[in-house]
Amino acid sequence: MQEFLTTVILLLSSTLRLSVPLVLCGLAGLFSERSGVWDIGLEGKMLFAAFAAAAAAYQFDSAWVGLVFAILVAVLLSLIHGFASVTHQGNQIISGVAINFISSGLTVLLAVGWFALGGRTPQLQPEARFPTVILPFAEEMRPVPVLGAIYADLISGYNILVYVAFAAVPVTWWVFHHTRFGLRLRAVGENPAAVDTAGISVDWLRYRALLCGAILCGIAGAYLSIAQSAGFVREMSAGKGYMALAALIFAKWRPVPVLFACLLFGFLEALSIRFQAFDFGLGPALSTQIVQSLPYVLTVVLLAGFMGRAIPPKAGGIPYTKER
Amino acid sequence: MASFLNIRQIVDFAILPLMNVAVALLISGLVVLFVGQNPLEAVGYLVSGALGSGEGIGFTLYFATSFMFTGLAVAVASHAGLFTIGAEGQAYLGGLGIALVCLALDKVVPWYVTLVPAAMAGMLFGAAWAFIPAYLQARRGSHLVITTIMFNFIASSVMIYVLVNLIKEPGSMAPQTRLFDAGGLVPKLGEILPVDIGTAPLNISLFIAIAAAVFVWVLIWKTKLGFEIRATGANPAAARNAGIGYVKITIVCMLISGALAGLAGVNILMGDLGKLQLDFPAGIGLVGVAVALMGRGHPVGIAVASVLFGVLYQGGAEISFWMPNITRELIMLIQGLVILFAGALSLMFRSSVYSLVDLFRFSKREA
Repeated sequence: MQEFLTTVILLLSSTLRLSVPLVLCGLAGLFSERSGVWDIGLEGKMLFAAFAAAAAAYQFDSAWVGLVFAILVAVLLSLIHGFASVTHQGNQIISGVAINFISSGLTVLLAVGWFALGGRTPQLQPEARFPTVILPFAEEMRPVPVLGAIYADLISGYNILVYVAFAAVPVTWWVFHHTRFGLRLRAVGENPAAVDTAGISVDWLRYRALLCGAILCGIAGAYLSIAQSAGFVREMSAGKGYMALAALIFAKWRPVPVLFACLLFGFLEALSIRFQAFDFGLGPALSTQIVQSLPYVLTVVLLAGFMGRAIPPKAGGIPYTKER
Repeated sequence: MASFLNIRQIVDFAILPLMNVAVALLISGLVVLFVGQNPLEAVGYLVSGALGSGEGIGFTLYFATSFMFTGLAVAVASHAGLFTIGAEGQAYLGGLGIALVCLALDKVVPWYVTLVPAAMAGMLFGAAWAFIPAYLQARRGSHLVITTIMFNFIASSVMIYVLVNLIKEPGSMAPQTRLFDAGGLVPKLGEILPVDIGTAPLNISLFIAIAAAVFVWVLIWKTKLGFEIRATGANPAAARNAGIGYVKITIVCMLISGALAGLAGVNILMGDLGKLQLDFPAGIGLVGVAVALMGRGHPVGIAVASVLFGVLYQGGAEISFWMPNITRELIMLIQGLVILFAGALSLMFRSSVYSLVDLFRFSKREA
């Protein structure tokens, strides 16, 4: 029993850790896509933010400075995306793809140019990383059966960004459903002309949505390089931005379901890491690959409308042209 | 009026792409300067490495061959108004088809017998991998961009499984097939033509790529199907009212696109590697997006853009060899910038150049 509990807690806490970048990126995508701007560039923004965080944290020996730089870089990339696809009405998908390329190239180029470590940044000292937060009474609670272990090992004991990520979900939900900005943001993704008629700037609203997303992407990047690990490694985002995009679709572009979709995908990842060769009757190798590709397969199935329908924001992907 | 149109066409097909590349290179040069290296020195290595020797040109054209296949694949879809990112996965799966045929036939028959079924298998597998996203887009309105991205990831999982568990060379640790015998290798150009390309893997796939470009040109601009494709791309609703089936065009277009992407494996597997290995496409599908955008969907433009990216790939390798502080990822940056300027920001440059041209025209008339 004790052993089973430990295994479950380990698996679940690993799920939480792995879900964090997905949750942050998923919410980032939620902001921009609900405002009507497709955001394929999540991956690139997170990657570049991860590099910026690691480089700045190393340079200034402070995790917080790293976080600030990560957010700044993500904001900058989002502004490029906005400039191309909102101001100049370019294709949003193409602009996002471009951002992914630029980030992949530039991060390694700068890392090699500055640090000459083959695309890595130098190993960070503990003070340049986000430390583990031990919640009050975690150790005192430990002897309590079941609950104690859950509190000490599953709820307590992550770095601050993990808590930020999970707190961002209710905050996002509140912003979307209980603020004027959120109402307008949802409206501009469905019917920008109506928003425009009401005398609200469509472009400015979309820029603000992109900026909200950029902040979340920046945190996601910082989490990868200065919280979860101790430095930047090339391509360290490893497709998580795309998986977040899948989670966003899986959640049908709604804040709270984004959390559950990300947790599900995180859980699948945790499973495949923990049980490298687990088996459900098809042979270990096949089972591992099935689990690894399950998030993508599920997303396609959902998109196909075989499991409920994922209907994207109506004005998504279409640049808004004011009538002349 | 006629000359007016011509000027705008020149702007569209020559001046704008050149401007895009120039700006992309300029920004990249600034980045090189920013990391404390000399950009002019880098340009020197780029040009001499890619074009300075027979071997360099051979490598450049070898890369260009792959890019032509994926660029054409993206372009065919784009004429129907479809934006696909799936060429990567389709090329990957196409490679599987090619490898299966090669492994079956290479010890039995000479290469020119293997080539035809291998190419067919590559096209078939590539098209098959494009079919599901195409069907979902056409019938169920699923977003093609997303489904093709997902299918690239799924392809990667499928191929890991197939390579590691089904067709790996027994006894080898690396996830790759055994080396093809002579019957599975197409001749290098250096072997059949009196050209000196050193060790460059440029092979007869170049001619297949050129044939594919001609095929795409004929298809899009000279056939009824091509007209229907372009009509659908220009205005799907109007095309549907004119009796052009959206479902049919979408699926046919994506099948052709997947087949073209699948052919890239002939160049890489039969022309160079001589085996199927993990992640062999190494980004050619994504380069195809850049190439198609820069070439504006026209086979001639795509050929030119492919050679340009070939120069960047080969020259980039040369730069990173001589200037260790600049990595090959410089190419990724340039690619990204080209996609940004030629794709997403195409309207920005166009309107300013148009007004410049108009200004010039009017001032000439007044004079």
